[in-house]
Amino acid sequence: MKKTYKIEVDCANCANLMEQAARKTPGVREATVNYMALKMTVEFEEGQEPKTVMAQVLKNCKKVEDDCEIFF
Amino acid sequence: MTKKQKKMLTRILAAALMLVVLKLIPAAGFSRLDGLLFPGAGRWLRLALYLVDYAVIGYDILRKAVKGIIKGRVFDENFLMAIATVGALALAIYENGDYAEAIAVMLFYQIGELFESYAVGKSRRNISQLMDIRPDYANIEQEGRLVQVDPEELAVGTVIVVQPGEKVPIDGVVTEGSSVLDTSALTGESLPREVQPGDEIISGCVNLSGLLYIRTTKAFGQSTVSKILELVENASSRKSRSEDFISRFARIYTPAVCGAALALFLLPPLVRLLFLGLDAQWGQWLYRALTFLVISCPCALVISIPLSFFAGIGGASRAGILVKGSNYLEALSKTRCVVFDKTGTLTEGVFAVEGIHHSSMENEKLIEYAALAESASSHPISRSLQRAYGKEIDRSRVTDIREISGQGVTALVDGSRVAAGNDKLMRCLGIDFVPCRSVGTIIHVAIDGAYAGHIVISDLIKAHAKAAISALKENGVEQTVMLTGDASAVAEHVAQKLGIDRVYSQLLPADKVEQVEQLLAERKGRGNLAFVGDGVNDAPVLSRADIGIAMGALGSDAAIEAADIVLMDDDPLKIAKAIKISRKCLRIVYENIVFAIGIKLICLALGALGLANMWLAIFADVGVMVIAVLNAIRCLFVDKL
Repeated sequence: MKKTYKIEVDCANCANLMEQAARKTPGVREATVNYMALKMTVEFEEGQEPKTVMAQVLKNCKKVEDDCEIFF
Repeated sequence: MTKKQKKMLTRILAAALMLVVLKLIPAAGFSRLDGLLFPGAGRWLRLALYLVDYAVIGYDILRKAVKGIIKGRVFDENFLMAIATVGALALAIYENGDYAEAIAVMLFYQIGELFESYAVGKSRRNISQLMDIRPDYANIEQEGRLVQVDPEELAVGTVIVVQPGEKVPIDGVVTEGSSVLDTSALTGESLPREVQPGDEIISGCVNLSGLLYIRTTKAFGQSTVSKILELVENASSRKSRSEDFISRFARIYTPAVCGAALALFLLPPLVRLLFLGLDAQWGQWLYRALTFLVISCPCALVISIPLSFFAGIGGASRAGILVKGSNYLEALSKTRCVVFDKTGTLTEGVFAVEGIHHSSMENEKLIEYAALAESASSHPISRSLQRAYGKEIDRSRVTDIREISGQGVTALVDGSRVAAGNDKLMRCLGIDFVPCRSVGTIIHVAIDGAYAGHIVISDLIKAHAKAAISALKENGVEQTVMLTGDASAVAEHVAQKLGIDRVYSQLLPADKVEQVEQLLAERKGRGNLAFVGDGVNDAPVLSRADIGIAMGALGSDAAIEAADIVLMDDDPLKIAKAIKISRKCLRIVYENIVFAIGIKLICLALGALGLANMWLAIFADVGVMVIAVLNAIRCLFVDKL
């Protein structure tokens, strides 16, 4: 399953870091952050509940970039 | 400007003002305080004032840097700036020297950040506005009055009203009224289109003159406008190789520069001290190392590359060319071979019956049989037969229709077995036929196993087809190839007229994939191969080629799905335009990569040699970023290409 979320982040390199953090989160098969559109597309692994995975993704992203937000 | 940006601007102005005032009072002015209070009072007051200024401009950077270190993530730009400025301050305290430098570094860094967020935000909004074809409402008539409703709520088949000046919100068919439509938001085509009752109409067009009543044929989510928006919004999520390169580069670059800075700080003084027996000059080497750190921020690169692609995709979409991802824009720029499907791409795909030869019955009768036999097919050839027949087709007269791919059809019409198709079909059925010398598509007709003559159908070459081929040649395309299911005589004729290099004719849909694969193998390592089709039945080929380009895709969902690049109108000239846009965009991307990395490396070298001070370092960071961003915005301007 693939979902797109609106995000808020200030710089391009931070967006890159968020992308890496999201990819490393368990339950995420693939993640791309589009800095220009301020969007994050996440492909979840089979049988994962997006809400719980996204909560973890946000937590991991906050770890690398304090100033970010994901709306889900 | 957002609230955050306004706050930042206030901070920058306040800090800059304070810096100027402090700069105007020389250190000597402060030392007069020593006599009044206690020895060193002036020096301490001066330091305190500078520190307040430093805190005003840099407190958030310091906070982020500390947080980063706590979380085990060093080597980000906040860390670099914090280390560099704190280091410079420490040096200044030690020497009671110039505090302004550290503050100025922070100040310029914040100005750069502000500019970046402002410029990016602004171009994001501009580009989104260009692509803003999203209708906000739909009108429906209730009790004689127009009511505005959310287009998403409307069921298929509802009649909506579009007034002059409004956007068509949902695809549909005109039931009442006539008008002219502005399709430029979708196709880049400025010539308005006329519509009358019965015409299909696609969402996203703007109604220019008359009131239109439209019966919707799709839900809002399935409408052209929604599909296009979805495509464009997701476009830059598919990253190009250049973008990947930059993010990988940034990942190695920052730690590498930090390591180099540390080495620059430690090694030369130690060498001087231990081996050369000279003074270590710790202060000087620390300063150089800090300059190094300021230069090292990768922001100019990391921001300008995706911004270039985003602007390129935005500019292309304004010209009626939808690009599904930055990777495709990059692939397109390396196109050296373009393969065309003939029908609908180079030719109009509107066939007309040109002649009937060797007919054993009345011509009208022959056409009637052929049209009936082909009645179930929506192929352009079948439609042209149906048009030539000119009467309503009574489907009950036709039974047992069998379509034979790449050959034709057989069917029972009024109880007789009718076969209509090409030479292959006749050979397959073992029927003696008269070959035709005319150029065109030949439909042989046999009734109950006996040859009944053939119908010649030909297709019109598109007005811009020849110009399109030569434009491609001018733009570095080495080879043009045409694939078609048509007879070789027709294919050769068209190819010669247009100046196409190679032709493969009489191909079944499956053969086309094979042919493209063969061409791909043949041209391996010599640039990319693009396939251009009308998207109706070439989905497999579109996805097999390096780049699949669908033409005239307005309203065709299948093409939008399968292709990488979608040309919104039928004009083959747009292929060359798309290639030019991609080249321009990639040229800017490379310019930015070379420029930003180049300037940084030069500044790093100068910094290591002690020739660069922090002011130059700040230029290497912020100045390069500003220039790269401005350069990236140029991708948006594609009109003159």
